[in-house]
Amino acid sequence: MEITRRRLLMLLPAAAMAWKFVLAGTPEASPNYKLTEHWWSMLIDIPKCIGCGSCVRACAEENDVPESYFRTWIERYHVTDWHIEKPEVESPDGGKQGFPPHADDNGKNFFVPKLCNHCADSPCTQVCPVGATFISPDGVVLVDKSYCLGCRYCIQACPYGCRFLNPKTNTAEKCTLCYHRITKGLTTACCEVCPTGARQLADLKNPKDPIHEFLRTHAVQVLKPHMATGAKVFYNGMDGSVR
Amino acid sequence: MFKDIEHLVRLAAVIAIALVAFIILRAAVVPHSFGQYGHYRGTAIGEIAARPIAFAGHDTCEACHTEVVDQKKLGKHVVVACEACHGALAKHADDPGSVQPAKLDTAVVCARCHEANAAKPTGFPQVATADHSGGPACDTCHQPHRPKIETEKTEPAKAETGKKTATEGKK
Repeated sequence: MEITRRRLLMLLPAAAMAWKFVLAGTPEASPNYKLTEHWWSMLIDIPKCIGCGSCVRACAEENDVPESYFRTWIERYHVTDWHIEKPEVESPDGGKQGFPPHADDNGKNFFVPKLCNHCADSPCTQVCPVGATFISPDGVVLVDKSYCLGCRYCIQACPYGCRFLNPKTNTAEKCTLCYHRITKGLTTACCEVCPTGARQLADLKNPKDPIHEFLRTHAVQVLKPHMATGAKVFYNGMDGSVR
Repeated sequence: MFKDIEHLVRLAAVIAIALVAFIILRAAVVPHSFGQYGHYRGTAIGEIAARPIAFAGHDTCEACHTEVVDQKKLGKHVVVACEACHGALAKHADDPGSVQPAKLDTAVVCARCHEANAAKPTGFPQVATADHSGGPACDTCHQPHRPKIETEKTEPAKAETGKKTATEGKK
């Protein structure tokens, strides 16, 4: 259809009406969710992890993670009796298809699931030059992909290696703690499918959450505490060799 | 008062125009929700939350499949969520008639968790599938929703022979 001056003038009021909705962005998906009433974290019980890779597969499916990139992954540690400072760590395809039996079963063997630690003082958000990555008021580190330039500063800044550049969009990507699920009252995809309960979503602002009892009664650690990132993914039963 | 005051007036006018231009340009370029919660676009939170879900969650499954829930309650798999084995099925939950989940190959699905591995916790039930059954799919003997073979409840003779032939089969 040809745009004549008359037609354009007729369309202008309609465009002016729509502009308000364009500016408002996508409407809030979960109207009853209150940003200020949550402070999300995760609990990982290492002695329960069986390295089945369900979490990695579920994450990829739920969040459309590109092949051979990972928002969560599993590492298998092999600590020999005489070389505790230098553990052998492997993660074939992120542990997506499980782990083949180990050739050397001596020493200590265990799995460590990893994901974004959703740090309260996250280094990745501090380096972003355009304000494309941020800590949401409910404690989740998110990326605004329509604002991200793809400069990769955040990828270098993350001490846990949890970020990557999506090859399709050329923007930084990371675990969102399944933000589209937790705001609807569901748990994350990885916690949903974990068959042994090794991963559990926790809300630190909810006084009834079992996390408080767990943190009180167990020797729980975070990864790289010396970095003072305020990591909120808590590991129970973590071996000293885990980095 | 001042000699050549018009120079200052002209300068002031240029600065005023530049200031107005900057304010207008800034209002046009910076999204209106930028700074709503912090140094980022506030509406980005809603956009990220608006993504559709792929995994329905076991509460949704259990609303319809009550007979499976009753089966699972009798065994150890009560803690395993439906979609851990059956895969993401939010589409099936939305439209149960037209989207049907695929039939699972128990030889693959069970082994993901129960294949023996030195790194698995010692209390976790594990088998080397090649030695354990030597071929037949797990659901030949085990009922996946309630995996323990209770010989006294089922026909004991049949279950016993089935187990033996399976063990001999690998040798």
